[in-house]
Amino acid sequence: MMASSYNAKDEDGHITVSGPGGGGTLRGKKPENTAFKQQRLPAWQPILTAGTVLPAFFIIGLIFIPIGIGLYVTSNNIKEFEIDYTGVDMSSPCFNCSQNFSWNSTRPCTCTVPFYLEQPYESNVFMYYGLSNFYQNHRRYVKSRDDSQLNGNVDSLKEPSKECEPYAKHDGKPIAPCGAIANSMFNDTLELFYNDPNGTRVQIPLTNTGIAWWTDKHVKFRNPGGDSSNITASFQGTSKPVNWRKPVYELDTAADNNGFINEDFIVWMRTAALPTFRKLYRIINKTSSMVPTLPRGNYTLEVVYNYPVRSFEGRKRMILSTISWMGGKNPFLGIAYITVGSVCFFLGVVLLIIHHKCGNRSNSADISN
Amino acid sequence: MTWESEGVEKCKGETTVGLEKGKQPNRYFPGNAIKTTKYTLLLFIPMNLFEQFHRLANIYFVGLAILNFVPVVNAFQPEVALIPICVILCLTALKDAWEDFRRYQSDRKLNNTPCLIYSRKEKQFVERRWKDVRVGDFVRVVCNEIVPADLLLLHTSDPSGVCHIETSNLDGETNLKLRRTMSGLCISHPVFEPESFNSVVVCEKPNNNLNHFKCYAEKPDKEKVGAGIESLLLRGCTVRNTDHAVGFVVYAGHETKSMLNNNGPRYKRSKLERKLNINVFFCVILLFTMCLIGALGHFLWLQALPVVPPFLVPDSNGHLDSPSLSGFYMFFTMIILLQVLIPISLYVSIELVKIGQIFFITNDIDLYDEDTDSRVQCKALNITEDLGQIEYIFSDKTGTLTENKMVFRRCSIMGTEYPHKENAVLEEPESEEDIIFDHVPQPPNTRWSLDTEDTNPEDTQHHHGSWRKSKVAGTAQSNVAFSSPLETEVIPDRKLLQQISRAESSSSSSQKIDPYLDFFLALAICNTVVVSMATAQRQRVSAPRLLLILKVFLNCLALSFCSFISGQNRTISEDSVTEGDDFNPPVKTEEPGDINGLQTCSLYAPSQCNMPATTSDNLSYEAESPDEAALVYAAKAYGFTLLARTHDSVTVRLPSGEDLVFEVLDTLTFDPIRKRMSILVRHPITKKFVLYTKGADYAIMELLGTPYAGMCRHQKNIAADTQHHLDCYAKEGLRTLCFTKKIVSDKMYESWLVNRRRALAAIDNREELVMDTAVQLETNLSLLGATGIEDRLQESVPDTIVALREAGIQVWVLTGDKPETAVNIGYACRLLEDEDLVINMSTVFQLTCTSILDCTLEEVRRYSEDPRNVDTTQDISLVIDGRTLTMALSSDLQDRFVDLAKRCRSVLCCRVTPLQKSRVVKVVREKLKVMTLAVGDGANDVNMIQAADIGIGISGQEGMQAVMASDFAISRFRHLKKLLLVHGHWCYTRLANMIIYFFYKNVAYVNLLFWYQFFCGFSGTAMIDYWLMIFFNLFFTSVPPIMFGIMDNDVSAEMLLGVPELYRMGQGCNSISCYIFTHLGLFWFSTFWVSMLDAFYQSLVCFFIPYLAYQDSDIDVFTFGTPLNTISLFTILLHLSIEIKAWTVIHWVIILGSVVLYFIVTLAYSGLCITCNPPSNPYWILQSQMADPMFYLICILTTVVALLPRYHKCYPPCPFNVPLSVLQSSFFMN
Repeated sequence: MMASSYNAKDEDGHITVSGPGGGGTLRGKKPENTAFKQQRLPAWQPILTAGTVLPAFFIIGLIFIPIGIGLYVTSNNIKEFEIDYTGVDMSSPCFNCSQNFSWNSTRPCTCTVPFYLEQPYESNVFMYYGLSNFYQNHRRYVKSRDDSQLNGNVDSLKEPSKECEPYAKHDGKPIAPCGAIANSMFNDTLELFYNDPNGTRVQIPLTNTGIAWWTDKHVKFRNPGGDSSNITASFQGTSKPVNWRKPVYELDTAADNNGFINEDFIVWMRTAALPTFRKLYRIINKTSSMVPTLPRGNYTLEVVYNYPVRSFEGRKRMILSTISWMGGKNPFLGIAYITVGSVCFFLGVVLLIIHHKCGNRSNSADISN
Repeated sequence: MTWESEGVEKCKGETTVGLEKGKQPNRYFPGNAIKTTKYTLLLFIPMNLFEQFHRLANIYFVGLAILNFVPVVNAFQPEVALIPICVILCLTALKDAWEDFRRYQSDRKLNNTPCLIYSRKEKQFVERRWKDVRVGDFVRVVCNEIVPADLLLLHTSDPSGVCHIETSNLDGETNLKLRRTMSGLCISHPVFEPESFNSVVVCEKPNNNLNHFKCYAEKPDKEKVGAGIESLLLRGCTVRNTDHAVGFVVYAGHETKSMLNNNGPRYKRSKLERKLNINVFFCVILLFTMCLIGALGHFLWLQALPVVPPFLVPDSNGHLDSPSLSGFYMFFTMIILLQVLIPISLYVSIELVKIGQIFFITNDIDLYDEDTDSRVQCKALNITEDLGQIEYIFSDKTGTLTENKMVFRRCSIMGTEYPHKENAVLEEPESEEDIIFDHVPQPPNTRWSLDTEDTNPEDTQHHHGSWRKSKVAGTAQSNVAFSSPLETEVIPDRKLLQQISRAESSSSSSQKIDPYLDFFLALAICNTVVVSMATAQRQRVSAPRLLLILKVFLNCLALSFCSFISGQNRTISEDSVTEGDDFNPPVKTEEPGDINGLQTCSLYAPSQCNMPATTSDNLSYEAESPDEAALVYAAKAYGFTLLARTHDSVTVRLPSGEDLVFEVLDTLTFDPIRKRMSILVRHPITKKFVLYTKGADYAIMELLGTPYAGMCRHQKNIAADTQHHLDCYAKEGLRTLCFTKKIVSDKMYESWLVNRRRALAAIDNREELVMDTAVQLETNLSLLGATGIEDRLQESVPDTIVALREAGIQVWVLTGDKPETAVNIGYACRLLEDEDLVINMSTVFQLTCTSILDCTLEEVRRYSEDPRNVDTTQDISLVIDGRTLTMALSSDLQDRFVDLAKRCRSVLCCRVTPLQKSRVVKVVREKLKVMTLAVGDGANDVNMIQAADIGIGISGQEGMQAVMASDFAISRFRHLKKLLLVHGHWCYTRLANMIIYFFYKNVAYVNLLFWYQFFCGFSGTAMIDYWLMIFFNLFFTSVPPIMFGIMDNDVSAEMLLGVPELYRMGQGCNSISCYIFTHLGLFWFSTFWVSMLDAFYQSLVCFFIPYLAYQDSDIDVFTFGTPLNTISLFTILLHLSIEIKAWTVIHWVIILGSVVLYFIVTLAYSGLCITCNPPSNPYWILQSQMADPMFYLICILTTVVALLPRYHKCYPPCPFNVPLSVLQSSFFMN
């Protein structure tokens, strides 16, 4: 600092010689008298007093309560049915299946869960499977994937990322898809039958496409070698994940839902934020406007019971739900809006009373309004 | 290198230009090229990193980044975790590189400046560069050139061997200093021949003392000749008034005194910054607690799992760590995850904020002084906020409270007082300059109507006019120290004029010198004033045209007057009319218009009218102390004009027009120990050795002797009378000086001279020896008289002091003046009030001091405890003198003194030495643990300025040492008011608020991650993409708080000035955590902790509302994080918006800009990034969220709930209703 100022003076030392009187520049150092430099910019001073705060409270109250009611009503109109088929109880139909389990048993265990829908489901019905106590958000689990492999990168297919360890290679062959997430993919098969009152069992058609994000299916996930018809050849030289029963290229028969772009797989790969979660499994499309999608009555859920949850005290559920613009059924937001709105309104009233009562004493606050 | 053991260096007189390198006798000394850069191009990166890692925070963050590379604990991708710290390091490195490059450029420019070096080959001085100068070279500097290295002056163009230099580059002083050639080296030829110089110069080791140097030259015949600082031309000085000078390089380059003085900027740590560390420490504790919770939670979570679930990923060889080990690792993972709790960008932001604050302070037009064209300077860059916490101000008096423009007011000669009543008339303030024009054109004869007693009104007004005018001229010329005509405004006392003329006539007949004449001779001679012609280059360009015309007119007036009086016709030379800023002649010539007009004119005529105008009219005096200049001007007013001063002679023109040339035998310079100076001259007529001494009265009175036995009684009377007059002067607030004379006999002089020479040649203890010789001679003085010089109070000083006191600041004045003078000034500047109880402490005995202290303390205590005095608080003031102060500050009395001083409203310390000043400051600062500010203008205040928390220098008349040592430099005392009350308050509140906000922001944000750990098995997952987290801190939320720290105005400047009590909110707080919103009433909460709680609350809201809304849905990790991030941004920015007290355009732009930037960057990032940054992979997440109405509903609800408690701040319950608005309304209603 001092060095530089000293130098600076040296620099203009010769100028000083010609007389410290460049008379014109006599007032050279005078600061500019601008609003910015003098900190006099026009400013809005939000002096929050009764006059401004009270209306704010009332406005919040008046806006929030209707929104809350709207949300609450919408949420209530959503029909949702949930059935736990874990088989924890002895009486439960899936108890047997849940008892003897191993990832690679050859004989699939099947159980049938009957249930009754009390209301008809009019619109499209979304079928979810729900898992509890499953920490898909564990730090190392979340990491255990190779996005470039899933994006169809051939090099990553051959040499999966280190993040996939220890599910990167099996017997020297690269695993496709690698990683713990893929390895632990949900593999129960759920089928839904409607027990017609006349005794026939009608299988309800379940659509397995359109359940994943469009961007995931078309941008993020790609089979290696593009959309070539020979998907088996693309995965040549790779091994299936250890826990899987069939390789990735046999997930579905349809070519546009096979391999990495299988939507069940894509849905699973979008790791859930919380330990209790649901994932979209199938969509039951409304067939005609006359008949409800799911009429009232008895149904049977047939489960090919593969997925073990007893090891971590988890639960498996099947959920049938209609959805609205606000997604699935969740009354919380509506209640929260109503509560906050009411609290604000109430506060506003209380403050108004206080203000009114102490108005004489604090009239100074009004002056500054 | 010939460093000798006793600390001297030798250099041989050789010219090296033209010699081969190996043969140079002085080749071991460093060259003159300087290098002030810190780094070299190659080593920049390692050296800069090394510098930066001195900062603990940087090490912490690098440590964390490295920790992230350990696979078992990493929380993020290791490379990504390096980004924030790298950005911070790079920014700092860039700044350093830029500064260094600037230094490099200026070095190169300096090193390549041309200069003249003697070349042995070419037998003449040749042009070379500064960097070619080596120790031992002969360098020739011409007028107005800058000296390239420290030169021992050997020869100058001046026949008497003197050289004037201006040291403004070194210490900012613009007055000329005298340097003389080394005596005794017999190089007195008109043309200097370097090759004839064959001595060896031995000088002390390089040191940084600018005022001290010693060396000797050993001639071939082994004779040693000594020299001191008076023969040294320092590098960086400018040669003035001397055609050329030749010197011998003794120190070059980095060994020169000016370079050794370049210590770089002072680093002071502000109080707030020190307290900041405590808060950082709390954050560290918080961080560790959170990490422990995480580690423990992870351990318990793992323990509770019955078997290995599929979501638990083993390491690469299929092995799973035990729960306890995993928990241990998790601790470190958590540290990495939650590291942002310690705000990485806080330090950088604080620096930026302070730069902004300084920008606004220096640009304040109210702190700009028109007269000196100077702004406030901020030298310490990092203590702006301390300005808002000052509790004690220690002020110097002279030059700080007063103008330090000395005006001769009264004098007492031989016991007779001459009150100079006419001078007092000038004092009346008068602002209309028009008056000059109104009254000047009057016919001259009305003005010297033979009115004996009172000056008539017109006369007065005319004085006014001319006084006004000369003040204007003075401002135009202010660059020249003390040469402004203001000091010349002395109207001679009529009685004294008569007295002089009588003395003159009598002395011309008899050879005996009259004491009256002696007195004025002493005034004119006994000083170190340098006479320079107004036509010299240093003079400012002429005064405004109008004044010039006026001046011509007045000159004519004066001329006609003179000719009228003396009946002679005179001509005036052209240049006196057209040139020169001096208005003196008219004023003076008009003055003798009294009954003695004719007689007076006989005194005046020669000096004023008869002489070529260039000699006396264009004289300007440059003195190191303004008193001296005032005295010389006073002498001039009485016709004793100091015409010239050279090294060994002084020329004085007597009233009779006769020029006397005194041979100056020696000058015993002023020093603070002797408190006097003397000059020894040989009287040209009587040929006697005469010693004139002037000094402080107490330093002189005890040296008065009785040279003439017969006059003993008479002398005593004179001394008593003079002392009486001195006391009167002091009571009026005048500065007093005594003048004495002593005739030294030839014999005495001879013997003294031997001692003196020996002392001057001494290398060791030279100062002491020289001083001893001075004391030897200054004995048995005979008193001539005393002078009273007035030092006007600066404008608005009383206002400022009252305002500062209302702001709760205690003002102490520490002065070297006499108690009477100081008390008088104290009343004048309202430091003391009439109704005050003034305690006077002045004693010589320790015991008395103790008892006085005890008694007063008891009394004061009793007084303040007395219930009757609750309402009538009489203010107590303490006046203490230097000697008593020393005792009071001794270790056993210190506590009592401080206790007493604490209860006093104001304290006045008189006759204190610079060292005592700093000691007072230190004691108060340490004992009372308060923030202190010292303000002063002179070299004697430097100690005090450096001892205080904030040192303020006033760039006034006494050079620049105080300014150099200070943290802030102002030009007027009244600027202190706005600097403290407005800028201090603003800087403090702004910075304190910003720091608190910074902590709040980080805690609020990081806690989101922490709450999430409860739902992911404490596994250290972040649900927000790491890049977005970095951007969040680096871009989206960094600018608004900086702007907040620079620009927020919680209270307007007008109100802060109008209600000084508002300043108190900054005081008495031990930390920012106790920084209280006093204006919000009685909420005596610590804001830091309130903010921390608020941050916790907000993070809870921001996490759990989305959590509950998305519970049991199919939301994925990073989709869940997106609304959290957005909500956080809104909450944090809206929280700031509530804190902002005044919204300007800039605020709107920055806050809205931040929001817009967030959305643009995040949308672009999640639109372009398909497989990048695994595992977060933000592709299309925000887009899909923004298409979902739930996102907006959640954002709105959460933000409102999070900020709901903030409303309490906006609308406190009515019993404590906003005093601020009360104040505001009452203020504006007034």
